Amino acid sequence: MPNDDLVNLIIEIYEDEAIELVKKRVEQGEDPLIILEEVQKAMSIVGEKYQNNEYFLSELIMTGEITKQITDFIHPLVKSNQQQQKKIGKVIIGTVFGDIHDIGKDIVKFLLDSNGFEVIDLGVDVSKEKFIEKIKETNPDIIALSGFLTLAYESMKEIIEAIKKSGLKENKKIIIGGGQIDESIQDYVGADAFGKDAIEAVKIAKNWVSGENVE
Amino acid sequence: MLNKIKFWKKYIKSEEKTKPKMEIKRSRTKELTEKELMIDLSELNEKQEKMFERWLSAENFEFISPEAEKSYRERILRIKDAIQLKKVPDRVPVVLSIGFFPAYYSGLTPRDVMYDYDKLYSAWKRYVLDFQPDAHIGCFVPGPGRIFDLLDYKLYAWPGHGTSPEHSYQCLEKEYMKRDEYDALIEDPSGFFRSVYLPRIFGALEPLKNLSPLTNILEIVFVGGGILPYGLPEVQEAYKKLLEAGSEALKWGGILGAFDKEMAELGYPNFFGGATKAPFDTLGDTLRGTRGIMMDIHRQPKKLLEACERLVPLMIKFGVAGVQMSGNPIVFIPLHKGADSFLSNEQYKEFYWPSFRKLLMGLIEEGCIPFPYAEGSYNTRLEIIKDLPKGKVIWGLDLTDMTAAKTILGSSACIAGNVPITLLNVGAPEQVKYYTEALIDSASENGGFIMMNGTVIEEAKPENVKMMINTTKEYGIYKQN
Repeated sequence: MPNDDLVNLIIEIYEDEAIELVKKRVEQGEDPLIILEEVQKAMSIVGEKYQNNEYFLSELIMTGEITKQITDFIHPLVKSNQQQQKKIGKVIIGTVFGDIHDIGKDIVKFLLDSNGFEVIDLGVDVSKEKFIEKIKETNPDIIALSGFLTLAYESMKEIIEAIKKSGLKENKKIIIGGGQIDESIQDYVGADAFGKDAIEAVKIAKNWVSGENVE
Repeated sequence: MLNKIKFWKKYIKSEEKTKPKMEIKRSRTKELTEKELMIDLSELNEKQEKMFERWLSAENFEFISPEAEKSYRERILRIKDAIQLKKVPDRVPVVLSIGFFPAYYSGLTPRDVMYDYDKLYSAWKRYVLDFQPDAHIGCFVPGPGRIFDLLDYKLYAWPGHGTSPEHSYQCLEKEYMKRDEYDALIEDPSGFFRSVYLPRIFGALEPLKNLSPLTNILEIVFVGGGILPYGLPEVQEAYKKLLEAGSEALKWGGILGAFDKEMAELGYPNFFGGATKAPFDTLGDTLRGTRGIMMDIHRQPKKLLEACERLVPLMIKFGVAGVQMSGNPIVFIPLHKGADSFLSNEQYKEFYWPSFRKLLMGLIEEGCIPFPYAEGSYNTRLEIIKDLPKGKVIWGLDLTDMTAAKTILGSSACIAGNVPITLLNVGAPEQVKYYTEALIDSASENGGFIMMNGTVIEEAKPENVKMMINTTKEYGIYKQN
């Protein structure tokens, strides 16, 4: 067992040990921000491992669960203005209306987060009105639409049309993804790109914010 | 239009180039294969032949014409040849895995056909007669809406009850079995379902949690106490609901039976003889949920494996019971949590495959033909799943590379599927024709292939679906020696 190293305890999925260590360190008066930084570091390593095919869904879910327990414990101890971190871009993500599947969306969210994006998650079954409202409110760089069912094709199409119609598309990129999404659906719904999987989606998003051409 | 065809052309080409990752250690699968040789294959063959004889005998049907009878037999034999790999069929069989497609085709909503069984019957009949696949899959998929209302079903949102009337139902994943309930399930699966699981997924059956184990009802002095809970007003209320739901289910079941009978008499067999699930999916889909089971892999792997093993004989019995009732040996097994994106290969080999393989072998030993239908991709699993006796299984595949599937599985198993749902939904008929022909070229050599869509068809373009079927009938003819 990787003793007393929080980053390793999280990565190697020592759930109880990781939580215990956090509690011990807080009791000893350590700055919770340092702990949060370590959690963030662990998550970006997990993200890398997933992107390298070393980790799979269960490791994402499990380490996500461990960090959630840690951050739930730490957050009340941290003043909110202390948590600002430099982000590389802002993404609004949601599963489109009619569809309530969230696993794919949550994987992308995890990877975006671990790669330094600010992610605004609108949840599942998200209406076009909600997308429009949140895009106006938060002005994201990227809009990510997720859908597992084939009915999502029509929903994505409607949402993208609504975004374009309301003049919100300018300076923003739209990416779609899901179990049954390919290039033909990207054309059909009028998105800028599709992610074959979460890893590719994040690659595309990173290229977009760094100004490189994805094509 | 030309661009579009080019696009699918490009798509197919790039598919062909994709080689699956194969990083599999062979030792374990080899060991199993050797064990396999201990099983008397001739006995398995004989059992399967008997099953086919029963299916072909059509004992309860009165065909509308000699032609219909001939077509019925030809269609079954075409499927049989594709499965058994003993001789090449006359042509590639074509079967569709459909959801609410027939409802949309008839201008009805999913809600319409879940609540009006006459509409269900006529829409599904119209679909079979207009599209003429080699076999249909019955009309059970929509399910009886009124029963879900009566029992206050909480596991799904369905048309008009959580989803729009125009769309299919969706599972509401939760931990319906809690993290610490593995022992209870393993100890007494039926008791756990009756007293814990069912009361959670059906609001109307919540009072059933008051019932004591049936195994308490032993000699005369224990009978009164064992029966007593059935007198509780809330339990009686729950049973009243259950009886009402039972009557409704019987009505619905009658429609399903009548549909299969009429279709058979018109010459169209039902492809599905029964259904069951892989033990890992039984746990991961509706009991523990995806998040739950993924965490169990790390938190309590031994319990998870023990539960999978415990479910094997129950899942075998479930599949065999359907076959015994229908007289058709094919057992549909929708696969979910074992796809490439859910588990690593090591996890698949440790947690998914052992109990799943036992299920497949259990069905095969009863003369059944398992038809696992792997939505998503199964590229990294092909070397693992090929470890089964020859000619005993149909692998339904979706996004899996079919050239690789044919290479790896082709000598031992029938493969099916792969026509992309995206193509059927937003493509053009010319593209469908192109893709269907290319798929026949790459997957149908020497038989062992059934043309099928990759994932369930809901609102596809009818002209595309028709093109897929007609192309197979024209282009999929084998030259007989």
